[in-house]
Amino acid sequence: MSNWLEKHLPKIVLGPSLFAIILFVYGFIAWTAWISFTKSRLMPKYDIVGFIQYSRLFDSPRWEVAIDNLFIFGFLFILISMFLGLLIAIFLDQKIRVEGALRTIYLYPMALSLIVTGTAWKWILNPGLGLESVVKSWGFTDFTFDWVINPDFAIYTVVIAGVWQASGFVMALFLAGLRSVDQEIIKAAQVDGVPTFKIYTAIIIPSMAPIFLSAFIVLAHLAIKSFDLVIALTGGGPGYATDLPATYMYTMAFSRGDIGQAASSAIIMMLVVFAVVVPYLYSELRNKNDQ
Amino acid sequence: MINNNYKINYTNVILRMLLYFFLSVFVLYYLLPLFVMVTTSLKSLEEIRTGSLVALPRNITFEAWGTAWSSACTGIQCEGLKPYFWNSILIAIPAVFISTLIGALNGYVVAQWRFKGANIIFALMLFGCFIPFQVVLLPMARVLGLMDLAGSIIGLIFVHVIYGIGFTTLFFRNYYVNIPSELVKAAKMDGATFLRIFWSIFLPLSLPIIVVTIIWQFTQIWNDFLFGVSFSEAGTQPITVALNNIVNSTTGVKEYNVDMAAAIIAAMPTLLVYIFAGKYFIRGLTAGSVKG
Repeated sequence: MSNWLEKHLPKIVLGPSLFAIILFVYGFIAWTAWISFTKSRLMPKYDIVGFIQYSRLFDSPRWEVAIDNLFIFGFLFILISMFLGLLIAIFLDQKIRVEGALRTIYLYPMALSLIVTGTAWKWILNPGLGLESVVKSWGFTDFTFDWVINPDFAIYTVVIAGVWQASGFVMALFLAGLRSVDQEIIKAAQVDGVPTFKIYTAIIIPSMAPIFLSAFIVLAHLAIKSFDLVIALTGGGPGYATDLPATYMYTMAFSRGDIGQAASSAIIMMLVVFAVVVPYLYSELRNKNDQ
Repeated sequence: MINNNYKINYTNVILRMLLYFFLSVFVLYYLLPLFVMVTTSLKSLEEIRTGSLVALPRNITFEAWGTAWSSACTGIQCEGLKPYFWNSILIAIPAVFISTLIGALNGYVVAQWRFKGANIIFALMLFGCFIPFQVVLLPMARVLGLMDLAGSIIGLIFVHVIYGIGFTTLFFRNYYVNIPSELVKAAKMDGATFLRIFWSIFLPLSLPIIVVTIIWQFTQIWNDFLFGVSFSEAGTQPITVALNNIVNSTTGVKEYNVDMAAAIIAAMPTLLVYIFAGKYFIRGLTAGSVKG
């Protein structure tokens, strides 16, 4: 008996977690997918009727705004965070005396809740008493900076706050990458008189391709899941000008009582995440098995 | 030749100065929000209205901190952040502890007791780390209701444990996989059991990864907003939800100093963790994102 137990204990230990993951991750995804093919509104219905919810979704102007915003926000957030992160990492890699302290400062926003970040930037960006009035008080009385309440520009304030939160983290990834480049090759290039700028563009940066990919995956993942930041910074407004798929889904699920729309938008979000993550995970797992 | 060298040094000095200049500009960019939060929280409303956003407070007052902690309104209730701070602690501590323990055992099995299918199970768990949680919100709300846990602290602990297992397992698996499997074989020869090997050999080796996992989980759970706002009710809300309610409550005069004090209070625990255990925090971040 105890022999049997001992033999099967590893499986028994892993069992409950496996059960939980299958039920609460895969089972729940299946449930949500099922509901997305029904006419569910306030209460779930289980008769499959086809793509009704998805056609409602893609006919909805609000969803269109949310998708447009996801692309604007995602593109700028990823691009600027990567650029800034790489730039700071290269600067920090020049044998800076206070590197440790600087790294600590650049990275602390990552420890904060996005609600805190949103609250802080909402206050800084508010037109009446924030940055706008600071610049005005310097003598530029015509200066206006009302992006946070301007429907056409509010989404860019989400980019500003998002970049502030995540770029330090990208810096840390890149800095680790820069340090792992083979120093012998760099030394050889230096001996040959290759200029520093060229060493970076021709040798170091190309060899960091996997880090670019990781940073991209992490940032894209953050962008698609962005919810807290929008809620705290703009509340999705003005109107629904800064809605993202995540806030759309939440509104449908918990304030509009439209379960069908909530389910179908959640499924679209998941498909977008998977389109980004699955190829990456697949290649990662395969590489590991090859080793 | 000497002249040439001299010239290079001269441009080097200018380049170094430029470098430090840019690094300082970035320091200002990252510190500005924190600076503004702290100074605003120490000003009176009067001074906020008449003074500049970036000015130091003329008369330091801690009134806003008192209000934020014990009397700011989060909707109809006006008890400040205090009860919600405790809610977050009541949620975070058990959730961190349980998910770390489960992750350690799972990681130990997946890394050292490979049986047929163990890799597939691990892949399934890994995959679960990446789903956008929106896709589980609706069914989870119903299941919590069925289990009579809707709107409860226990319900939130449960949710955080379930969706934390993937990451904690990943952390421990990646750590244990580097421990030579001969160790387990030798211990088995000597008659040590599965749990005995875990307890006496693996756990004592695990301190760094336990710290990394605890910090990662604590930061995730403390900063969570989506689960908090979806599965809590008045009285059980975590601090992030309460902070958002204080800032966005529309009743009365907008008290920016109270908002900022509340934001700092909500940020304080994870910020302290970062300041005192930054090394482990960063290890968790990179392990959680690059490897995952």
